[in-house]
Amino acid sequence: MNVIALTPLDLSLAALLVLALAGLSHHLRLNVERQLLLAAARSTIQLLLIGLVLKVLFDNANLLWVTLIAGVMLLVAGHEVNARQKRPLLGVWGWAVGTLSMFVSSFAVTVLALTCMISTTPWYAPQYAIPLLGMVLGNTMNGISIGLDRLTQDTTVKRAAIETRLALGQDWRQAIGDSRREAIRVGLIPIINAMAAAGIVSLPGMMTGQILAGTPPVEAVKYQILVMFLIAGGTGFGTAVAVSLAARRLFDDRQRLRLDRLRNS
Amino acid sequence: MLRLDQLTFRHVGPLSLTIATGECVCVQGASGSGKSLLLRAIADLDPHGGEIYLDDVACSAQSAARWRASVILVMAESQWWTERVGGHFPNGVDPVWLDRMGLPKEALDWTVARCSTGERQRLALLRALMCQPAALLLDEPTGNLDEHSAQRVEELLNDYRQHRPAALLWISHDERQAARVADRRFLLSDGQLTALPR
Repeated sequence: MNVIALTPLDLSLAALLVLALAGLSHHLRLNVERQLLLAAARSTIQLLLIGLVLKVLFDNANLLWVTLIAGVMLLVAGHEVNARQKRPLLGVWGWAVGTLSMFVSSFAVTVLALTCMISTTPWYAPQYAIPLLGMVLGNTMNGISIGLDRLTQDTTVKRAAIETRLALGQDWRQAIGDSRREAIRVGLIPIINAMAAAGIVSLPGMMTGQILAGTPPVEAVKYQILVMFLIAGGTGFGTAVAVSLAARRLFDDRQRLRLDRLRNS
Repeated sequence: MLRLDQLTFRHVGPLSLTIATGECVCVQGASGSGKSLLLRAIADLDPHGGEIYLDDVACSAQSAARWRASVILVMAESQWWTERVGGHFPNGVDPVWLDRMGLPKEALDWTVARCSTGERQRLALLRALMCQPAALLLDEPTGNLDEHSAQRVEELLNDYRQHRPAALLWISHDERQAARVADRRFLLSDGQLTALPR
């Protein structure tokens, strides 16, 4: 089965939507029009480039190249997490907390799937490894961005209450416990929504793509279920690790709340 | 005994002061002189230089949480983190103290939102007293209370420090209150403590 090819005109028409949204942002003074347009331009260029990169990669499947691409994906994701924060941690921490937790969760989950569930040969076969890592990483990035942003904003608002709890002799884990739980919970909402609505409200992108490319629907569905679970695991554990690391960093060795370790908004 | 040894923070200090167990010391001073910051530094909530001792055990020699459990700071504005008052009293409450504060037995079942500022201030004080601290740092503890309630709070705190016994460091704007409750009074200005005449 052949996929109907899209013309540049088709894509341009879709781009008008983004332009209209930027106009709305300007009109309502949401101040995201620049970010929005930049992100749209980036996604266009990046996707065109990755098409070329993947073609080369598939022709030369070796571990070194796969690792290199995966590393670049991770570093960029780490940068994006930090860039989404209203009040990121200062210094190398802002970048390191997100990147480290994504590395721990996304890579572990993806390698697990490649070696134990899909069992590709070699296990790093780029046709599987790169798209799979991309999907897990992309969603984990969202969860961590939202979770960290909620944590820092919540602690800023509740600063006085947290310090009162410290003043009563509670240790930092207790004092920031509510904010930490709330941040992890909020970070998990997107993937819970995605799983709950999958198949009824939304047909997930990967499955749709496979069906368009001619895969039998039931096979596509099985892959989609696998990916959903991987994403849930990656996002959940990644967000929990990131939020916990950041929460620890908000206190010094004498368990004082140190909001001066966050960039001023 | 609470002892400050060459304590410094921001523009304040070095300060040295010893408050005996069972003694109440009042600190007065203009807004912005650093009175509240002084209490925060003693509670080790802000970075500071010098050392603070409680019964000759240094602050830095024990965990921060342990220090703050024995040297409790009651901030000027009370803070609450769960819906019900009772959620802030993990060890329950002494009904006698509750009564002496002029609060009914049902107070623990109240939602925080329905309490007046004055009720919250008294409950926050009670919450600190229930931890049985060896030293209490009080930032305007009767700032939101009418004269009658303020007097009841003064009496309760007075009894607590004599019977526990505990060291009290009390910030007050009210000259007459300071004269009533304090064994010694100090003025904090230009980063230094000066003893005030009795």
